[in-house]
Amino acid sequence: MSAKSTILSLPREEYVHPGTRACSGCGLAIAYRVGLKALGEDTMLIVPPSCLTVLQGLFPVAATKLPCLNVTFASTAAAATGIIAALKTQGNDHTTVAAWAGDGGTSDIGLQALSGAAERGDNFIYFCYDNEGYMNTGVQRSGTTPAGAITANTPFRGKPQQKKDVPAIMAAHHLSYVATCSAAYPLDLYDKVKNCLDYPGAKYFHIHIPCPPGWGYEPRHGIKIGRLAVETGYFDLYEIINGKLTLTAASEKLLEKRKLVPVREYFRAQSRFKVLTDEQIEEIQKQINEKWEGYYSTAG
Amino acid sequence: MHIIENGNVAAAMGIRLCRATVIAAYPITPQTPLTEKLSEYIDSGQMKAEYIPVESEHSAMAVCIAAASAGARVSTATSANGLLYMHEQVQWASGARLPIVMCVVNRAVGAPWNIWNDQQDSVSQRDTGWMQLYCADHQQIIDTVIKAYWIAEKSSIPVMVCYDGYILSHTYMPFDLPEQEKVDLFLPPFRPDYVLSPAEPANLNTVTLPDTRVDIHGELAHGYMEIRYLLQEDLRNSLELIGQAEQRFSEIFGRGTDPYLEDYLCADAEYVALGMGSITYQLRVSVDALRAEGIKVGVMGLRVYRPFPDEAVAAALQGKKGVIVFEKALSYGYEGALASDLKAALYDRLAATGALPRVRGFIAGIGGRDIRTAELTSSLRSAIQETTHTGPLWIGLNL
Amino acid sequence: MGTRNYRRKTSHSESGPGDGGRTGSWRVERPVVDRSICIPARRGKEACFICWLFCPEIVVSRTIPPTIDLEYCKGCGICAEECPTKAITMMDEAKFAQEGKE
Repeated sequence: MSAKSTILSLPREEYVHPGTRACSGCGLAIAYRVGLKALGEDTMLIVPPSCLTVLQGLFPVAATKLPCLNVTFASTAAAATGIIAALKTQGNDHTTVAAWAGDGGTSDIGLQALSGAAERGDNFIYFCYDNEGYMNTGVQRSGTTPAGAITANTPFRGKPQQKKDVPAIMAAHHLSYVATCSAAYPLDLYDKVKNCLDYPGAKYFHIHIPCPPGWGYEPRHGIKIGRLAVETGYFDLYEIINGKLTLTAASEKLLEKRKLVPVREYFRAQSRFKVLTDEQIEEIQKQINEKWEGYYSTAG
Repeated sequence: MHIIENGNVAAAMGIRLCRATVIAAYPITPQTPLTEKLSEYIDSGQMKAEYIPVESEHSAMAVCIAAASAGARVSTATSANGLLYMHEQVQWASGARLPIVMCVVNRAVGAPWNIWNDQQDSVSQRDTGWMQLYCADHQQIIDTVIKAYWIAEKSSIPVMVCYDGYILSHTYMPFDLPEQEKVDLFLPPFRPDYVLSPAEPANLNTVTLPDTRVDIHGELAHGYMEIRYLLQEDLRNSLELIGQAEQRFSEIFGRGTDPYLEDYLCADAEYVALGMGSITYQLRVSVDALRAEGIKVGVMGLRVYRPFPDEAVAAALQGKKGVIVFEKALSYGYEGALASDLKAALYDRLAATGALPRVRGFIAGIGGRDIRTAELTSSLRSAIQETTHTGPLWIGLNL
Repeated sequence: MGTRNYRRKTSHSESGPGDGGRTGSWRVERPVVDRSICIPARRGKEACFICWLFCPEIVVSRTIPPTIDLEYCKGCGICAEECPTKAITMMDEAKFAQEGKE
């Protein structure tokens, strides 16, 4: 990755207006704002039904300053393909096409279209902002909701199934660029967006998004919780470039430090995990430790 | 230039002549030769367009919607379950006021699976806010595709061009291939009122409230209900546009008929058979047979199903003793869709005159069941001669 | 209701602030910046700006010192939580209403 950005080196220009309908302390608002700074003015956006639809505003007022096409739930990536095709026929090879979809719109209803667009090699960036549930419609469970999480569909015993590993699915499409990011690490997100523009075909971003009402914490702790997810080794920040995985930012530092914060701290900070038993947490800790043993040995 | 080709190729030629630049399609019988022909044109360089091999019909229409929003002239084609799969997008396209032209190669819908012809697929989409134009032969297919683009781009309303699967799509007929220069004269390049782009950013088709609301200029903006009303208003006004298209087309290409109805021996007829698509030509044989028996009957082909040309239809049928509808689709739970729409039009327009033609309905050819001309003739005769009748009768049923 | 051109026939939104209304009314606490502790304020030059970076509502200005647009600030408290010198304190909104400050 090229030179790392600092807060002061970030562009001043804002592409979102204040006063949106997003929740107080919304993690998406932070990630989206920085993501758009990296994408810049010459960008066209595609957004399916999701928190972002609401954040971007209700007709006739738009909070976003960039051109945006709202589309049906299942069709985000296909719509991106359509925009690219139109631009191509107009001889435009400079405008960036960026889709921003939630985890439900990506891992569940939108996966088919995303897979098709990835296979076709369409030149666009797909951002999945993962707040781990259908938060816009009231915290229903999605494919990326972690095991044990309380949601409106799993109100007492928590979600029985595992979190779907969408970055791995997208990497299996042999994309040139796949990245994981977090709203808690906006500079890392900014740099990765800038970096990915050099690569051909579809680029996939999976951004971890803390959500106060959905996860059950006071809004002011959002960044702290996002950081905990990474510092516990639970959610890893990486790039997969032409099949090669490299940890970045705080995850990269963990490789050197060789010390993970106990994942119990991450779970106990959110009320959605209150039915996770100590045994379950221990089991998850074991899995995380094994995963990191793997990273350590690959790093050599 | 006169050529001999099949209906699918006729449609593909029409799309090529119209210089569509983005084609997105998913294969489904009996549409496949249409998209294969377009692939040939594009792959060989004969047609300058992007061919998007989408992974589903829902995505095919998604690509069309997005590309049209960004200013491209687009096309797709499908049949039956493919059309049903993209239904959500079909509704979206009309609500988004995009001039998409789609060929529907009429085929029966599942369940159970059936690949042969009837019209349930397109007829089931009659409420979606798209225009529906039906073709009875290959000349009509290629001509209607060309007219469809002009009508769609003038009205910002999408258009379905429908023709019977296998009966028209896979059979060969001679027809005139329009010249490119004349098509260019008829159909200028696509210049939409608005193109989504960084030069003029906007947020399109987001959540739109029940009530009206003030925009950033302090002006009251239309609400959802107004947007939907305007779609309906523009659809109804498109009847005139369709007439203009026919007029312009005949001036440039030297052929044209009534824009809404194709008339065979209806002028002095006491009874009129009514249908959409290829069945109307088969009915001409029955009409000839009954005329030989002294029965004054004619057949009318309905070319425009949506917007429904109620005024033209009622005017053409005023004073007739009876109308016998033959159709390949129905609104399950009630009756034939065309029969229903016809009766509503006659009632609205002619009830005050005190002389409503009797309407009889027949269902035929469902799932591609062979329609025997002899059965058409006897059904038509019995409908004319008998006075009692309950509900639509199914021709060729074998219970 | 205005002309019936294409933009009036479609859901076509132009950009502007306050789609959610005066979202400052959502607050129960408001951030208050202590300029004697705030790093850019003390140094008199651009520095830190972590509050600017993390504000979800884009109501923190990148100025010396940072200021809060109270029209839209929802009072989430992230700026106060993330400030490295604890220069920002979340104070009860009611206090300001009583004092007639809005």
